Amino acid sequence: MTAPAPDGALVRFAREVGATGPVAVEGGRTRWDTGGDPAAGTRLLRAPAGIVEHRPEEMTVRVRAGTAVDELHDELAATGQRTALPRRGGTVGGALAVGENDVCVLGRGRVRDAVLQVRYVSADGVVVTGGGPTVKNVTGYDLPRLLVGSLGTLGLLAEAILRTNPVPAVSRWFRAEGAVPFKAFDALFRPSAVLWNGCTTWVELEGHAADVEAERRALVAATAVAGGWSECDAGPVLPPYRWSLRPSELRRLHEAAPGGPGAAGGAGGPGEAGEAGGHGASIGEPSGLGELVASIGVGTVFSSRPAPPRPPSPALAALAARVKHEFDPGGRLNPGRSVDPAGSVSPR
Amino acid sequence: MRGRPVSADPLVAALCAVLGRDRVRDDAAERALLAHDASVFAGGAAGPVCFPTSTEEVRAVVRIAASHGSAVVPRGAGTGLAGGAIPLGRPVVVVTTKMNRILEVDRDDRIAWVEPGVVNLDLTKHLRPLGFHFAPDPSSQQACTIGGNVANNSGGPHCLAYGVTSQHVLALDVVLPDGEVVRLGGLDAEPPGYDLRGAFIGGEGTLGIATRIAVRITKNPPAVRTLLLAFDSIEEAATVVGRVVAAGIVPAAMEVMDRGITVAVENFVHAGYPVDAGAVLLVEVDGPEAGTALDAERIAEIGRAGGATSVRTAAGEEERALLWRGRKTAFGAVAQIAPSYYLHDTVVPRAALPQVLRAVYEIAERHGLMVVNVFHAGDGNLHPLLLFDPREPGTLARVHAAGREIVEVSLAAGGVLSGEHGVGVEKRDYMPLQFSDVDLDHQNRLRRAFDPACRANPGKVLPSGHSCADIQSLERLPAGVWA
Ligand SMILES: Cc1cc2nc3c(=O)[nH]c(=O)nc-3n(C[C@H](O)[C@H](O)[C@H](O)COP(=O)(O)OP(=O)(O)OC[C@H]3O[C@@H](n4cnc5c(N)ncnc54)[C@H](O)[C@@H]3O)c2cc1C
Repeated sequence: MTAPAPDGALVRFAREVGATGPVAVEGGRTRWDTGGDPAAGTRLLRAPAGIVEHRPEEMTVRVRAGTAVDELHDELAATGQRTALPRRGGTVGGALAVGENDVCVLGRGRVRDAVLQVRYVSADGVVVTGGGPTVKNVTGYDLPRLLVGSLGTLGLLAEAILRTNPVPAVSRWFRAEGAVPFKAFDALFRPSAVLWNGCTTWVELEGHAADVEAERRALVAATAVAGGWSECDAGPVLPPYRWSLRPSELRRLHEAAPGGPGAAGGAGGPGEAGEAGGHGASIGEPSGLGELVASIGVGTVFSSRPAPPRPPSPALAALAARVKHEFDPGGRLNPGRSVDPAGSVSPR
Repeated sequence: MRGRPVSADPLVAALCAVLGRDRVRDDAAERALLAHDASVFAGGAAGPVCFPTSTEEVRAVVRIAASHGSAVVPRGAGTGLAGGAIPLGRPVVVVTTKMNRILEVDRDDRIAWVEPGVVNLDLTKHLRPLGFHFAPDPSSQQACTIGGNVANNSGGPHCLAYGVTSQHVLALDVVLPDGEVVRLGGLDAEPPGYDLRGAFIGGEGTLGIATRIAVRITKNPPAVRTLLLAFDSIEEAATVVGRVVAAGIVPAAMEVMDRGITVAVENFVHAGYPVDAGAVLLVEVDGPEAGTALDAERIAEIGRAGGATSVRTAAGEEERALLWRGRKTAFGAVAQIAPSYYLHDTVVPRAALPQVLRAVYEIAERHGLMVVNVFHAGDGNLHPLLLFDPREPGTLARVHAAGREIVEVSLAAGGVLSGEHGVGVEKRDYMPLQFSDVDLDHQNRLRRAFDPACRANPGKVLPSGHSCADIQSLERLPAGVWA
C-alpha cells in the first residue's frame, strides 16, 4: 500500500545518477548561475520529462522535473488552471530547485506552498518520495518544502505533484506615474502584484470582472494621482537580480526616491531589524540597488545589481551543514553550488 | 509553591535553580495530568514539568535536561489528537502556556510576532479590530496554541482557501535540542538558504522548541456568504463538494456533517440544522462582494443540481455565527451519543470521498461500532468518529481494528495517513503503509540533522528501527476522551 512505486523513467534516471562521482542536473539553464556553477568534472544529466497526470477536479498535477514550465502552463490553461511556478522559460525541476516565486506571487501563491509531493534521486542513487498526493497532508516530515530552493544539493528532483489554481475570470494591469505604491497596496483587498520602479506604479488586479472594476475604483480614490491610472498589457520589465527585503523596508526606498515624499511623507519608518542573530536583510543605501522594480507588500526588489551575500548565523550555518551532510555525505550532488553564497553551508 | 523542600533529584534541583521552585512541578498529580493529551492513548510518563517564560529559560531547561541525559517534550495546550505531546520515558516536559504574549503586530510587514503559548483564537481576537486575522482556525482554536499549530502544521475549516499553518508562518526562533538558538526563515520575501522553517513546521516537537513565531496576518474579507445545504445522503453531499471545485470555485470552507452528528449538534446548539437530512454541507465563500455573491449562487445551483433538498443562506453575521457554532462544537456534541470516541484523520482525493465514506460506514458496521462523520470535505480530509463505551469489554480492540481498516481504505484510494492531526504515536506504526524504508530513512535524516542525540520528543513520528523511535512502546488503552 506504499505509494505507487516509481515508474521506469524515474528508475532509469536513478540508475544514471548512480552512487558515485559528482553529478548535477541541467534544466533550461535559465537560472544556472544561482548558487554558483558546479565544480569542473561534474557529470551533467537531464531529468525525465512529461506531464504524468493532471487532475483538474483535484486541482493537482503530477509532472516530471524535466518538463518545460511553459508546457505545464499550456496544459493547465486548457482546463482554466495555473500553478505558482514563474513562467519565464526553464524546467519544472529547475524552477523548484531555485524556488523563486512569480513576480505576481500575491495572486499566484508561493512556489513552496504549491508542492505536495516530491520524488528525487538521493546521493546514493535511489528514488525517494516525500510528501503525498493529496491537497492536504501532514504525514511525516515536510521533505517537499526542504527540497524547494535547495538547488539540487540534497537530492536531484525527478518528479513533483503540484497544487493548481483556477485562472481568475479577469486579469488586468494598470499603471500610474507618481502614485504612492503603499497607498495603492493598502487600498486593495487582494492585489496580485503592486510594483514600483521609483516613479511608476503597476498594479495587477484579478478576479470577477465587477470586483476588479471596484478595486480599480478603490485604487483611483486612494491614490489621487494627477495623470490618473491607465490600463496596460503587462507589468514592467524586471532587472535581473533579486534582493530579498522586508516589505516595510521598501518604504525607505520610497522615501529616498527622487521626488519622493521624504521622511515626512512616509506613513511610518522601517521596522526593527531582525533579532536573535537571524539574517534579516538590510538594504543599506537604497542607491546601492541601481535600477530597480520593487514588489510592494512582498519585499522582493528586482535590481540591476546583485544583492550582497547574507551569511547565516554560525548556529544556523551549522544546522544547514548537518542537513547537507545527512542527505549528501560525500558532497557529490551539485558540488561547488551552495544555497548560501557565502559558502558557510558546505558538507563537513 | 513556596516552602516546598528543594528536591533531592539533581535534575529537578538544577531546573529549580533556573526557573524557581514554583515553575518546576514534580508532584505525582501534575505528572499524571501531563501524561496525556486529547487522544485516547495512555502509557505516557512525565518527568519534571517546567513552565519557562522566555527563550533563555527554554534554552537553560534544554541544556540542563541534556546534561542529565534526559529527553525534552514540548507541550502547548495538550489538545493534540495523535499523542504528540505524550511524554515517553519520563522526559522533562516543557509547557509553553506561560509564554503567551503577543509581542508585536506590524501592519506594514503583515506579521505578528507571538510567543508559542498564545492561544490561536486569542491572536485572531487581538487582530480583529485592526481588520486582520490568523487564517488557520482549528476547531480547537479556543484552546490550542500557536506553538502546537506550528508543530502539527494544523489546519481548520478555512484552510481550504487560505492554506494550513506552514503557509502562515514566516520565521521562528527555535531552541534546538542541543540548546543552540536559531532563527529559521525570515520576514523578508525569500530568505536565503534551505527552507528549514518549512522543514521544522509539522515536526511535532521532535526538531526543537519554537519560542517565538512570526505569523502572517490576513486581511479580513470584505464580504462573506455562508450556506447550509441539506442532502438525502452523504454521498450526494460529497459529490457536490467535488463538483464545486471542478467548477473552478475555491470556497473558503466546505464542511460535511452526516445525519448522526447533525442531530447531535442540533440538540446541542439549536442552530436550525435540518435533522431529517442524510447529511448537510456547510459552505463559506469570502472575498470581494461581487464574486462572493456570484460564487454563492453558483454553489447553490450546483447543490440543487446535485440533489440538495434545501439551501439556506445565512442572513447576517448572527446566523452565520450560529451555523458555525454547530460545526465547531460538533465534537463536544458527541458526548450525548457515546461516552467516548476515537477521531480519525485521513485524506483522500475529493473524487474518492463518496466511495471511501461508504466503506467507512461498512467497516464500522462490520465491527459493531457506531460512526459519525464531520469533516473538512473541501480538501478531502475525513474525520470519522468511532463511538464506543470504554467499559464494554473488548470494544477497544474493535475500535483499533476498524481504525486500521479506515486507514487502509484511505491509502488504497490514493490518500494519506493524516491531514492535520499528525503522526505522533497514533500513526507512527502505520508510516510504512505510506512510505518505503528509503523514504522513512530520508525523513529520519532530517530529524537527525536537527537532533543528532535524540533528545527532542523521542518515540514520535518515525516507526521502530529509525533513530529515536525505540524509547518505549505505548500501551493502547483508552483514557477516556480529551474532554
Ligand atoms: C476538539 C478538537 C478539535 C480539533 N480540531 C482540529 C482541527 O480542526 N484542525 C487541526 O489541525 N487540529 C485539530 N485538533 C488537534 C489539535 O488541537 C491541534 O493539533 C493543535 O494544533 C494542537 O495544539 P496544542 O497547543 O494543544 O498542542 P499540544 O497538543 O500540546 O502539542 C502538539 C504537538 O506540538 C508539540 N509542540 C507544542 N508546542 C511546541 C513548541 N512550542 N515547539 C515545538 N513543538 C511544540 C508537542 O510536542 C506535540 O508534539 C483538534 C483537537 C481537538 C481536541
